[in-house]
This record gives sequence, structure tokens and C-alpha cells, in this order.
Amino acid sequence: MDNLLSIVTFIPALAALILALFLRGDDEAAARNAKWLAMIATSATFIVSLFILFQFDPSDTGFQMVEEGAWLMGMSYKMGVDGISVLFVMLTTFMMPLVIAASWDVNTRVKEYMIAFLLLETLMLGVFMALDLVLFYVFFEAGLIPMFLIIGIWGGANRIYASFKFFLYTFLGSVLMLVAMVAMFVDAGTTDIPTLMSHSFDAQGFSILGVQIVGGMQTLMFLAFFASFAVKMPMWPVHTWLPDAHVQAPTAGSVVLAAILLKMGGYGFLRFSLPMFPVGADVLTPLILWMSAIAIVYTSLVALVQEDMKKLIAYSSVAHMGYVTMGIFAANQQGIDGAIFQMISHGFISAALFLAVGVIYDRMHTREIDAYGGLVNRMPAYALIFLFFTMANVGLPGTSGFVGEFLTLVGVFQVNTWVAAVATAGVILSAAYALWLYRRVVMGDLIKESLRTISDMTTRERAIFAPLVVMTLLLGVYPALILDIIGPSVEALVSNYETALASAPSAIQTAASR
Amino acid sequence: METLILFAPLVGAIIAGFGWRLIGEKGAMWVSTGLLFVACFFSWVVFLTHDGVMEKIQLMRWIESGSLSTDWAIRMDRLTAIMLIVITTVSALVHLYSFGYMADDPQWKEGESYKPRFFAYLSFFTFAMLMLVTADNLVQMFFGWEGVGVASYLLIGFYYRKPSANAAAIKAFVVNRVGDFGFALGIFALFYLTDSINFDDIFAAAPALAEMQITFLWTEWNAANLIAFLLFIGAMGKSAQLFLHTWLPDAMEGPTPVSALIHAATMVTAGVFLVCRMSPLMEYAPEAMAFVTFLGATTAFVAATIGLVQNDIKRVIAYSTMSQLGYMFVAAGVGAYSVAMFHLFTHAFFKAMLFLGAGSVIHAMHHEQDMRNYGGLRKKIPYTFMAMLVGTLAITGVGIPLTGWIGFAGFASKDAVIESAFAAGPMGYAFWMLVIAALFTSFYSWRLMFLTFFGKARGDKHTHEHAHESPSVMLIPLGVLGIGSIFAGAIWYSSFFGKTNEIASFFGVPYAEASEHADAGDHGDVKDDHSDVKDGKAKKTSYVFTGKPGEGAIYTGPDNHVIHDAHYVPTWVKLSPFISMVIGLLLALWFYIWDPKMPKRVMETNRPLYNFLLNKWYFDEIYDVVFVKPASMIGRFFWKRGDGDVIDGTLNGVAMGIVPFFTRLAGRAQSGYIFTYAFAMVIGILVLVTWMTFSGGAQ
Repeated sequence: MDNLLSIVTFIPALAALILALFLRGDDEAAARNAKWLAMIATSATFIVSLFILFQFDPSDTGFQMVEEGAWLMGMSYKMGVDGISVLFVMLTTFMMPLVIAASWDVNTRVKEYMIAFLLLETLMLGVFMALDLVLFYVFFEAGLIPMFLIIGIWGGANRIYASFKFFLYTFLGSVLMLVAMVAMFVDAGTTDIPTLMSHSFDAQGFSILGVQIVGGMQTLMFLAFFASFAVKMPMWPVHTWLPDAHVQAPTAGSVVLAAILLKMGGYGFLRFSLPMFPVGADVLTPLILWMSAIAIVYTSLVALVQEDMKKLIAYSSVAHMGYVTMGIFAANQQGIDGAIFQMISHGFISAALFLAVGVIYDRMHTREIDAYGGLVNRMPAYALIFLFFTMANVGLPGTSGFVGEFLTLVGVFQVNTWVAAVATAGVILSAAYALWLYRRVVMGDLIKESLRTISDMTTRERAIFAPLVVMTLLLGVYPALILDIIGPSVEALVSNYETALASAPSAIQTAASR
Repeated sequence: METLILFAPLVGAIIAGFGWRLIGEKGAMWVSTGLLFVACFFSWVVFLTHDGVMEKIQLMRWIESGSLSTDWAIRMDRLTAIMLIVITTVSALVHLYSFGYMADDPQWKEGESYKPRFFAYLSFFTFAMLMLVTADNLVQMFFGWEGVGVASYLLIGFYYRKPSANAAAIKAFVVNRVGDFGFALGIFALFYLTDSINFDDIFAAAPALAEMQITFLWTEWNAANLIAFLLFIGAMGKSAQLFLHTWLPDAMEGPTPVSALIHAATMVTAGVFLVCRMSPLMEYAPEAMAFVTFLGATTAFVAATIGLVQNDIKRVIAYSTMSQLGYMFVAAGVGAYSVAMFHLFTHAFFKAMLFLGAGSVIHAMHHEQDMRNYGGLRKKIPYTFMAMLVGTLAITGVGIPLTGWIGFAGFASKDAVIESAFAAGPMGYAFWMLVIAALFTSFYSWRLMFLTFFGKARGDKHTHEHAHESPSVMLIPLGVLGIGSIFAGAIWYSSFFGKTNEIASFFGVPYAEASEHADAGDHGDVKDDHSDVKDGKAKKTSYVFTGKPGEGAIYTGPDNHVIHDAHYVPTWVKLSPFISMVIGLLLALWFYIWDPKMPKRVMETNRPLYNFLLNKWYFDEIYDVVFVKPASMIGRFFWKRGDGDVIDGTLNGVAMGIVPFFTRLAGRAQSGYIFTYAFAMVIGILVLVTWMTFSGGAQ
């Protein structure tokens, strides 16, 4: 199959198209058909995507299964995967059927809802596979629209504020990226990503208005991309859109946001920032490492005092993404391996946590922590699942949460011990907020009258959690499943990065050797 | 066989936890307990047949990233073997004991199934603990380390309806995480410097580490000292040493069998095990070891003072545990690793026994734990009384002075610790702290005995009338542990604290005749007992440890003669723990038997001191003010001021100009128009892309 990547990417879009064109009516049957079609389409996507995984050869560090075709104005439609992107593709296709299953009880505008999610899947897959700058940008930006709608239409009471906050933050970041992309095209004469990765952009320092720019163009371009990816990540201090977006988004929206959309930032750093602007990255590494460390401690402390479950988990996500950025910019094998691992693992764990909130939200229609307490008395299965993912979230060894955190910290320790120490302190705080949440919601006696009749998880709910539990455990006990695939590509990335730095203009090297 | 020992408890936990609906409550309990006894039996086989030679069993790959490579593996040497029998024996007995203790727990309502969960947790704990001690690298050890933390969290919070139990569970986990913070940094530093976290590589690199400098935080450190210190922070958390000890007394919220297994015999000794396991590194980190000694001695003392005045029977034993752990750290800190392991080994028996005995008393008294409401129970529960008596004799160290080993288990090992402390630093801080702590230990242990079993019955009359002896499933474990408490010290005395060659062959450490080693060929054929080589010329002993770091289960540096010297301390030093013990006993007799009004008088004349001790030196209160409250204040500040005012405030200001535009859009979003437009846009793009693809591909 020559067009495997395109097929995987566009199955959901095709299903969305079918829904849009042929599904009529607002009745129950139409809603059911929409759900089933979405379910079949996302499942089919997952199954077909398994072929990508089987065909993928980890030892080849270049792009594989590349498809290329002419496109607008001499630009090309080019798709491909390497060790860094292939697992994000798999994460996306794996999560989407679960997301659809978690949306089974949606009853407003079901058709549009499913279209939004199906389109979102196509766009997300496109982001991870695109090998052309413009194509990437199109996918990257277009992905905002369905998410914007998901929050804005199916969200909570304050959804308009949240959706615009989400849109504005991410969109403003992207504008700068677009400017940098134009500059890149002018400089390199191509929008082909593999070519750009081996192109060395000018890194000669210069000064603007008396301000010395170390690393020159590279630093500026890096910053422009950074603006976009840092918001997506999100990194402190541009993280404040995330808690609002999560709180207002429907459960499935939160799941996609936390599990996949956030990873685009990390993926962007690995695909663009490190390989294309190594000097710029190196110049700004200390800043980014510190921002990550601050993010971990700052957001963990904020999580400690939250009163809304989703907000707490959202802040916890920001903290976990802090480990990712830290690992990436440690720019060594352990750091980047850990960052990718952490992103995948966080995909499962945060998704499960948001789903767990969804389970009780569906029953009680509140996310207020104080409205709960003593759920274990009536929901033992729920208590067990929630405990499992709470522990995974605090990075318990044996779950996938540990491996990512551990590797990123090992990586960053070799670069900056202060940052490593501050970030490691976050491990204490994460235990505090996560267990404190668990205690208030699940433990204790069941006193509240409103909870007297709450029922334990249904079979559908259990079935959604089961694959997540399996993945979290499996990756925690046998992380080679991921590390074997990403290892060679990361190794190539790291060695290219180091070579690029070594051959950078001498003025930079002094800055780099700090 | 080792693999079987390791995984039997895990299988038991899974079956009991998830399969009990199929096999019933009783079935779940029997399966998990049965598997534990199997593990226990094989552990003893392994221990008794182990020849000291280290053996590795690879199970599976684990984390591999670049030069970092770790496996799931079993490292089978003498240290592991000792821990195996301690863990599985106590665990198997505690499982059995729990049949009786948990039979009808008043915390639960009629018809609630809490027992399979309890047994599953116990078995899971055992598995995690076994992973910890069988680890061949620091990360697997960390797995066990955190795994036992989770099990401890679950079991402390077992009575999940009790707010105090939930609070104690979180406290235990979080305080342990503070320790883990140090442990983790230690691992990172080791990997940074040695490029490996497998024990063999670390041990081989230990001498080099002693020569290295590492920049950590604000300054340069000696690598070996820094790493040893960081790892020890982990040990402080797990083993409840001073400053990270506050969770242990609160952990008594868990059911009593849990206290016996986790918070006395096994988990809390993991820190001591860690220090002994890392002995090749520790030997090259003199300053860190001085700190270990100092902190251990201080903990032994502080915990003993607090233990003097506590009224809850379990808390007295908890502080006693903390204090005894301090003893072990002193032994390890001065370089007498085998002595530390010796005390760990004997302590496991008598402390588990004291806890299970206390559990039997609590069971008899309908879950009353305040000793002020006990009294005169020896007639009512004679077997429990006998068991507690044996435990008390063991912990206070009763034996025949100057023989070294003829006495209860604690006599042999505690005296060995104190003698080692003296040998390492004659008249030093550690020695005196331990001797004073021994006096206090004797006092509070006998106080517990007298308050509980002697005098008149106090408290609720009804409860006393119904006090009953525990069933035999609870008494049998007490009996077995009793045998251990009496004989464990005497039987293995020479293996842990005998002559150098005996210790060496027990731990699989290479050794040579000292004369030959020190002065090759000169006295090559002299094979004399070390007792008559006291001349102080050549080397003092006829045998010395000669292994390189990593050879054998423990490593003793060439300049470390503590264990040998400990045999030659002055007679008064050898007598000092015994004298302390007698004084403590006499004081307790005076206070609680001869003149029962005495405690009240002393208490009233020394009110401030009494309150200071009763409130545990105010550690909890200080931590609350210094850490807990500020953390939530800062969190709130960051949230409202940082996120709210500064970040959102700034960005909202920027966005002010375009807000009206967006509010207009917002109105339309709800009406659904924007929705249609947006989709038209996206679908348009996609169609375009697709069309271009296929037409482009065709060209």
C-alpha cells in the first residue's frame, strides 16, 4: 500500500464527509447511526494504522512510507513518519475510538459532534505525518477549528470565554510561526521538511536597536516557533488557557486535548526547533529549562489548592508537560527518549483521569471536589481505577508515568543540576495534590445525601478504561515497546544536533559552552 | 526457586484481590496465605543452602535508553537471602495472624467484604518488598521502594472511613516522597558519573567516585559523599529517621498486623538495607557515613524520649521501632554493616512479636489502645502476656553479660551495635546516645508491660470482664516469633558478629590471613585465633576482608576494623548496655509497681518537659507551620495572583482592543452560523488537499 499514511489520515475525514452529506434528521436513529459510523471509522483507522506500525523499521532513522505529490503553487503534498512521529500517530488512532465511546451519551447535535471529532482526528494525524512546511501549517492551524467548536458548542456554562481564550492563545502563537516559515522559505528556497532539517540557517549574531542577538536568525526563528509550540504545550507562563479550556470542554474534548493536542507542541520542538535551529535552541536552552522547572513546581502548587477536579488535573497536565520540555531541551538521549515516552504515557494517563472525572460528572453534574466524598463505598471499581491512574499520574514505578519522568530527569541532571533538583521536588508535590484529590473524592465515609444512590461504572465505562490500564501497565513494565522504536531516531537527532552545534560559528560556541 | 519466591506473593495478591468473588473470602485468604508459606519455605531453603556466592537471574528488559540499561533481575547474595527470610517469615505469620485479628472488625458493617482486600494488600506489599531486596540495580530497587510505599499507603488508609487514617496514609506517602526526592537525585548523579545504575558497575566505580568532584547545585562536592548522602535521604524517609519520621507514629492508624509487618519488621528497615547494599560506595564516603552515624544516634535518643510518655500502646512500640532503626543506622554508619544487618534480623522477630502481642491485647480489649485503660491483664490473657514478656526481654537486651551471645536476640545484636559504636569512636556521641537510649528503651518497654499486665484493672469495667485470650491462629505466630526472639541472636551470632573469617564466609566476602596480607610470607602459616593476637603490631586480626568493592554481599574497606575492634572494647563498655537495662527496669518498677503515684508527681513537677515529649518535640506542629500551610498559601497566591491577575490580566489587556469583535462572533457561534462556516472551510481545505494529492500523484 503506497498511500498507507494518506489512507489512515483521511478515513476519518471521509466518514465526516459521509455524515455531513448523507445523514439527515435529528431523531434518535440518526444520532445512533452517527455514533456507530464514527466508531467504525475511528476503529478502522486504528486497525489500518497498525500496518504502519508493522511496516515501520526502527533501525532506519530517515522518513519512511513517504508519499509525495504536487500541490498548490509548486508546494508539495508530502507525508512520512520516522521514529519520532510514528508513535504519536499510533497514540492518536488508539485514543479516538475510546473518545467516541466516551461520547456515547451525547445527545445534542450528535451528527455535528461526530463530524468535529472525525475531522479533528484527520487534522491531528496530518500534523504528525506532514513533511511539508505549508502542509504542516495547514493541519496545525485547521486543527484549532474543530476543537474550538467542540469547546464552544458542547462545552460547559462558560464555554464561550474558554473557547475564545483557547483560540486566541494558540492562534496568536501560530502567527509568529507563520512569519518564521516564510523567512525559512526565503532562506532555503523550499518547504520540504527533510531538506530544511539538513539546511543550516544563518546563526551569525547581529544586533537590532543595540540589542545583541546571539545566534542571529536562528534564535529569532526559534523564538517564533517557540511562541507557537510553547502555547500548545502549554508552558508556563502561557498555560492559563488550558485549565479554562479543560473545565469547559466536554469530557471527550478534554481527553483529546490532553492526550493528543498538547503533544503537538512537544512534537513541534522535536521536528522543527531542535533539528532546524540548533544554535537558537542552544542559546535559549537555559531559559527553557528554567521555565520547565518553574512550571512543574508552580503548577503543582496551584493544583494543590484547586476546588474543581478538572482544573486540578489540567494543572497537573501542565506540570507533566514541564518534564517533557525539560527532557527535550536537555538534548541528550535520555532526555528526549524520556520526553517522548512521557508524552505517550501522559496521553493514556491524563485521558484516563479526565474520563474518570467524566464518569462521576455524568452522574452528579458537578466537578466540584467538595460535592463528593466517600465514593469508594458505592463505587469500588471506580475507586480502584481512579487509584490506579492517580498513582500512575504521580509517577509510580511499574506504571508508564514513571519511565518518562525518570528518563527526563536523568537527562536533565546531566545538563543542569539545579533544574533537575527543582523538577524532582515536583515529584513530592504531585503526590500531595493527587492523593489529596483522591482522598477528598473517593475516601471517607459516604455522608452526602446526594451520593446515596450513585452507581458504579457501567460495562461501557469499564471497557473504555481497560485498554488504558493495559497500556499504562504494559509500558511501565516493558517500556522497550516504545524505547526500541524511538531510540535510533532520537540518537540520530541528538548526534545531528551536537554536530550542528560543533560546527556553529565560533562566537556561538563560546556562548554554547557556557 | 528465587523467581517462585518473588512472584508467589504477587500471584496471591492478584487472586485474593480480583478472584475472591469466584473463590470466596475464605478461599482468597487461604490462597494468599498458602502462597506466602510456600515462599517462606523456599526462602529458608535458599538462606540455609546459600554459599555466599552472588548469583544473578535475568527476568526481562526494563528501561533502556542510550547507555542507560536496566533489567528486571534478581541479585541473589547473602544480604538478599537474609532479607528474604525476614520478609517472608514475618509476612507469612502476619497473614496467618490476620485470620484471627481481622475476623470481625468493628470498623466494618455487617456483610462487607474487607478481608480479601486486606490480604491482597498484604501480599502485594510482600511482593514489592521482595522486589526491593532482590534488585540488581537502583531503579528496580526504587520500584520496590515506591511499591512498598503504595502498599503502606493502602494499608494505613485501610479503614477508609476514618479521616485520621486517610490523613495518616497521605502523610506517609508524601513524607516518603521527600526521601525519594533524595534517593532519585542520588540515582541521577550516579548515572551521570558512572554511566550505569547497575550495582556491579557502581561498586566497581566506587573508588573512582571517591576521587571525583561533582558540581551539584551551588558548589562542588566530593562525588562519593554527595551520592551517599542523597541516597541516605531516601533511607531517612523510609526508615523514619529524624526529620522525616513524623509519618511513622501516625501510620499506626492501620490495622495492627500491618504495623507488625510493614512498620516494624520489613519496610522501615529498607533504609538500613539500602545503606548496607551500597556499602562499597559508603566505605568511600566517610563524611556521609559520619552523618549517618550522627543522625542514627540522635534518632535513637529522640525517639526513646518520646516513647517514655506515650499512652497509646502501638505508639510506644512505634517510637521504639524508630529508636531501634537509629541503632541500626549507627552500626551501618560506623562501617559495621554485618552488625546493622544482625540487629535488623533480630529486631524483625521481636518487634513483630511485640506488635502482634499488642494486637492480641487490643483484640482482647475490644480495640481499646490506651494503656491507661489496661492493667492486670496477665491473668486474662496469659499466652499473650508470655509472648510480650519474651519480646520485652529481647528488646531490652536481657542476657548473660560478657558472654556476648548467651541471651535473648536483642541482647546479642544491641550489644554488638553499642560495642561497634564505641570501637569506632571511643567515648563518642553515638556511643553515649545509644547507651542512654538503651536505658530509656528498658524503661518504656517495662512501663508498657507493667501498665498493661500488672496492677489493677483500669478503664471500662465491662471491657475488662470480657477480655479474652486470642484464638490459636493468632497465638501460633506469636509462638514462632517467640522462638526467633529467644534464639535468633545466639544462633547467628558468629555469622554476623563473630570472627572476621566467619563473617566473611557468611557474606561471601573474600578474606585472607592478616599477617599474610599485611606482610606477605612472614607469618604465612600462622593460623591462630584472633583472641590471642592482641599485640597491636602487625594487623590485629589473623583474618582481614580482602574483597574489592562489589565482591561479596558487603564491602569493608581495608582500613575498617570496627567489627574486630568491637570485640576488644573495655569491659565497662561491654557492661554498659546491661547496666542501662537494669536501671531502666528498676525505674519502671519504682514508677509503676512500687509507687504508682510517682509518674503523676514527676509529670506535675516537670510539666513543660512532659508536654514537650508528649507532643513529640512538636515536629508535626513545626512542619505544619513551615511546610504545609505555606504550600497551600503559595499555591493560592500563584493561582489567584499569578495566573489570574498577572498572566491573564496582561493578556486580557492586550486583547482589549479586539474583544468587542469577538463578543459579536460569540453571539453568532451560539446561533450555529459560525459552525456551518467553519465546517465549510475545513472540508474545503480537505477536498482541495485530497484532489491535489491524487491529481499530483497522477502526473
